[in-house]
Amino acid sequence: MDAPHSMGTTIIGMEYAEGVILGADSRTTTGLYVANRASDKITQLTDNVYVCRSGSAADSQVVSDYVRYFLNQHTIQIGKAASVKTAATLVRELSYQNKSFLETGLIVAGWDTHEGGSVYGVPLGGTMLRLPFATGGSGCSYLYGFLDQAWQPNMSREDAEKLVVKAIALAIARDGASGGVVRTINVNAYGVERNFYAGDQLPLFYDELAPRPTLIHF
Amino acid sequence: MRWEEEGMKQNAFIMGNKLMGSNPHAFSLIMPSIPITHTQTPYVTGTSVLGIKYKDGVLIAADTAGSYGSTTRYKSVERLRPIGQNTLVGATGEMSDFQTILQILDRLIITNAMFDDDNTLGPPDIHSYLNRVMYNQRNKLDPFWNTLMLGGVKNGVKYLGNVTMLGLHYVDDHVATGFGIHLAQPIFRNEWNEDMTLEQGTKLLEKCMLVLFYRDRSAINKMQIANITEDGVKISEPYALQTKWDYEAFSNPTVGNEGSW
Repeated sequence: MDAPHSMGTTIIGMEYAEGVILGADSRTTTGLYVANRASDKITQLTDNVYVCRSGSAADSQVVSDYVRYFLNQHTIQIGKAASVKTAATLVRELSYQNKSFLETGLIVAGWDTHEGGSVYGVPLGGTMLRLPFATGGSGCSYLYGFLDQAWQPNMSREDAEKLVVKAIALAIARDGASGGVVRTINVNAYGVERNFYAGDQLPLFYDELAPRPTLIHF
Repeated sequence: MRWEEEGMKQNAFIMGNKLMGSNPHAFSLIMPSIPITHTQTPYVTGTSVLGIKYKDGVLIAADTAGSYGSTTRYKSVERLRPIGQNTLVGATGEMSDFQTILQILDRLIITNAMFDDDNTLGPPDIHSYLNRVMYNQRNKLDPFWNTLMLGGVKNGVKYLGNVTMLGLHYVDDHVATGFGIHLAQPIFRNEWNEDMTLEQGTKLLEKCMLVLFYRDRSAINKMQIANITEDGVKISEPYALQTKWDYEAFSNPTVGNEGSW
C-alpha cells in the first residue's frame, strides 16, 4: 500500500497546563509557485474553538465554513459556548462523509468548561483522535522525532509556545511546501491571543545564516 | 431491523448521515456517472488483532498503533471497544471506518435498549449484525476497510469470531486478523487448548504479540489485552512487553562473514 501523499503546510495543536496553542506556517503554494507567503491557516470556528487547516486550501476553507455555520446555530440553540469535542465531531463528520472528495487534514483545538484545553486531530480519511499534541501537513514528517523527544506534559504557556514556534521553524527549514511566518493562537479560560513571528525572527538551525546587509559595494 | 446506515447522497456535499433520509443509489451532482463512495484506500490503519477462548471466557489483544502509510503516526489508538455488557469488538484497518462502525453499533444498542424488555444483544447478535453491515457495504462497492474481531460470553456461552471487509465471517476457538493470521494463528494451533487459565491465555497472547512486534513493521510495543467473562468486559491499560536483542549472533552478526547482513 503506498503511503498517502502529504499536503503543503506545517500545523501544530498542543495542550499545555491551562489551555491550547495552535501554530501554523504561512505558505500557500500552487505547484512550485508560492501564491501567498503570509496566509493565515488558523481559522476561528467559535469564540473558544479554532482549527488549523492543511491540504487543499479550498477544501479546508469549505469545511471550516460549514462547521462555523453549524456551530453558530448550535451555540444559539444551547445558549452557551460549544465544546471543542462538538466542533471536532462536526469537522470529523464532514471529513468522513465526503472523504472521496476532500483532501484536507485539520487540527481542532480550543478551551471549554468541560475538559479545559483539548486538541483533536482529524487527518485524511476522517479519523478523529483526541491527543495531547497533534501535527499535520507535509512539514509534520520532519517533526515526529523532534517532538517525541522535546514534548512534555503540563508545560507552561511560554514553554509550549516556544516549542510550537521552534517545531514549525524546523519544519520550514526542511519542507519546501512550508515557509514564511509562524502564526500562533493561544486559547485558555481567559480568552484568545494571537502571536506573529516574522520569518526573519525565527530561530536559526544547522547550516543556516543570519541575514546581514549586503557586502556588495559599487 | 433494517440497517439504515446511509446518507442522503443526492447533495454533492453530505451534511452527515443523520440529518437526511436514505438513498441507496447515491450519485454525485458534480459528476453523475460517479457513485459516491467512502474508503477506497485506507489512510490511518491499525494492524493485527488476536483472540482466544480460555476457561472463563475470551481474551483479545491488540497494539495501540495508528499507522499512516509506513509512518507510525499515532501511538495511542484504542482498537478494542466494549459493545453492550457482553461483547468486545476489535478492529484492523482504516480507523475512520471503525469509528463509524462504532457509531452504528451505538445506535443498535440504544435502539435495542429502548424496547425496554430486558433483552440484551450478545456476541452472536453483534456478529450477525456486523456481517450484514460489512457485506451490504461491500455489495455497493464501498466497503468499510476493516477486519473486525468480535468476542464475548453470554449465558455461559463463549463466542469468538471475525468479519472481513468483504463480509466473510466465521467463528473459532482462536482467531487473528492482519499479520496475526500468518504469524500468530500457527502458534495458536500448536499451543492452544480448551482449559487454559487466564494466566496461560495471557502468556500465549503476549508471546504472539511479541512475535508480531519483532516481525510486523506496523506494530509497536504498546498493547492492550481485553478479558471478557460472564461478569463483563475489562480492557487493560496499555503496556509494553520485554524484548530480547542480546544474542551473540545479533551483536556480532558478520563475524566470519564480512559484508553479510
